[in-house]
Amino acid sequence: MAKLRGRGHASVNYPTGMNLGGDPSQALIHATTTGTFVVSLSSVDLGQGIKTIAAQCAAETLGLPIGNVLVDTADTDTGPHCMGTFASRGSHRVGNAVIMAAAEARGVMLEVAAEELEVDAADLETDGTGFIMVKGAQDRRIHVTDLALAAHFKHGRTISGRGVYLKEPSAPVPETGEMDPDSCQAHACTVAVVEVDDETGVVEVLELFNTYEVGRALNPAMATQQVEGGAWMGVSHALFETTEPYYPVRDHGPRDFAGYLMPGPADLPIQHSLLLERPAANGPYGAKGIGEMTANAPIPAIANAIFDACGVRLTSMPFTPERVLRGLDALRMEEPC
Amino acid sequence: MPSQIVSLVVNGERREFIAAPGATLLACLRESLGLIAAKRGCAQGACGTCTVLVDGRPEAACLVAVETVADGSVRTLEGVTSGGELDEVQSAFIDCFATQCGFCTSGMIMVAEALLDRNPDPSEDDVIEAISGNVCRCTGYRPIVIAIMEAARRRREQAVPR
Repeated sequence: MAKLRGRGHASVNYPTGMNLGGDPSQALIHATTTGTFVVSLSSVDLGQGIKTIAAQCAAETLGLPIGNVLVDTADTDTGPHCMGTFASRGSHRVGNAVIMAAAEARGVMLEVAAEELEVDAADLETDGTGFIMVKGAQDRRIHVTDLALAAHFKHGRTISGRGVYLKEPSAPVPETGEMDPDSCQAHACTVAVVEVDDETGVVEVLELFNTYEVGRALNPAMATQQVEGGAWMGVSHALFETTEPYYPVRDHGPRDFAGYLMPGPADLPIQHSLLLERPAANGPYGAKGIGEMTANAPIPAIANAIFDACGVRLTSMPFTPERVLRGLDALRMEEPC
Repeated sequence: MPSQIVSLVVNGERREFIAAPGATLLACLRESLGLIAAKRGCAQGACGTCTVLVDGRPEAACLVAVETVADGSVRTLEGVTSGGELDEVQSAFIDCFATQCGFCTSGMIMVAEALLDRNPDPSEDDVIEAISGNVCRCTGYRPIVIAIMEAARRRREQAVPR
């Protein structure tokens, strides 16, 4: 009886978004009287961080500090349309729409600044701290707060912009089947190191090596956490979670958190994560979607590592001690005495 | 049994409210006192997001009948912040990026507070044991463990007079 160590890997290509009849999202942006730019969206942030990404895209495009951006995702009835946050599409679709809206708003902002500073708008630039100034003449400048006040009360202008990103429907070419179902694809590879106890059948994931090609990591901390949190879900799917452990028989299915097995903090593998950046031509600042794919590669990587460790090839999740032991028994039956 | 007036010291302040028989501490905190940091997750003591400190001990507030802790002392996440300043655990959670969707965060912080109150110099295993009753579905736990270790370090540094 021994603890057998094994290593396995798996790779995944994952599409960003979908195109069932066209896949649009819209964004509206306007400046308040004091120069806060409100980004109105119907896109829902359920923890994945779309509000942060939308604020970053708006601030970068406007040339203003992120503190000057307020993202409002309040109401899908009254906000600009969004298909939803699914299909790993949010950063790509919404990010692009926000960039388009912010670019229009920036144009108006520079027009009003041109009037205030009595120069041509093409000669203006933003310094990223809140000032709009004449290129090469840094003392000729106006702060966005004063600019927004002037726009509202002197010039009668709205500093605003509209944005939309539409992935158009793509039907397959009948002769070849060729089509363009997504906008870009992210790629990843995971290597898993496991230990299999051949007496108890328990599989422990010791280490995960995650490599993700994400286009551009708009927020590297959030992207890394998505990778590692997703990998945790992958480990959970691989070793623990199921609603129907004896499918198709429905016996012994968990009904609540108390019976639904998930790995806890003591079951953590050590994770090493690397982000690679090859910007996508149609991504917001090059970004691709990595929402869902992060739970995928760890599962087959763990299955392959189990095979490497003890020769048992498991094809049904989760890889429970019972399944590992049955696999080991089957191998022993095959062995000549 | 009729409803009755229950008195608790909540975050250092005596509070009185009317509670129906069997009302949970969690329901009273959220609905009678407006303290909504403690979340209602599973409502069966399995997820930990409702954790508050009762007389210094971490408890799943969804399982505590409020009359059983009457006249006791309760500390919630709202009582961790003092004078608008985040404490070491809260600021370490931000700095170590130990939160994603945030639903587990208040419970995680409260078990960390209880741990550091009784053990200022915990090992990583101590931290893992302390949070093992709290479910996080986003982070993979690692950033949370790191944040609590960092909070312990910061708190020890502050305690040492220079």
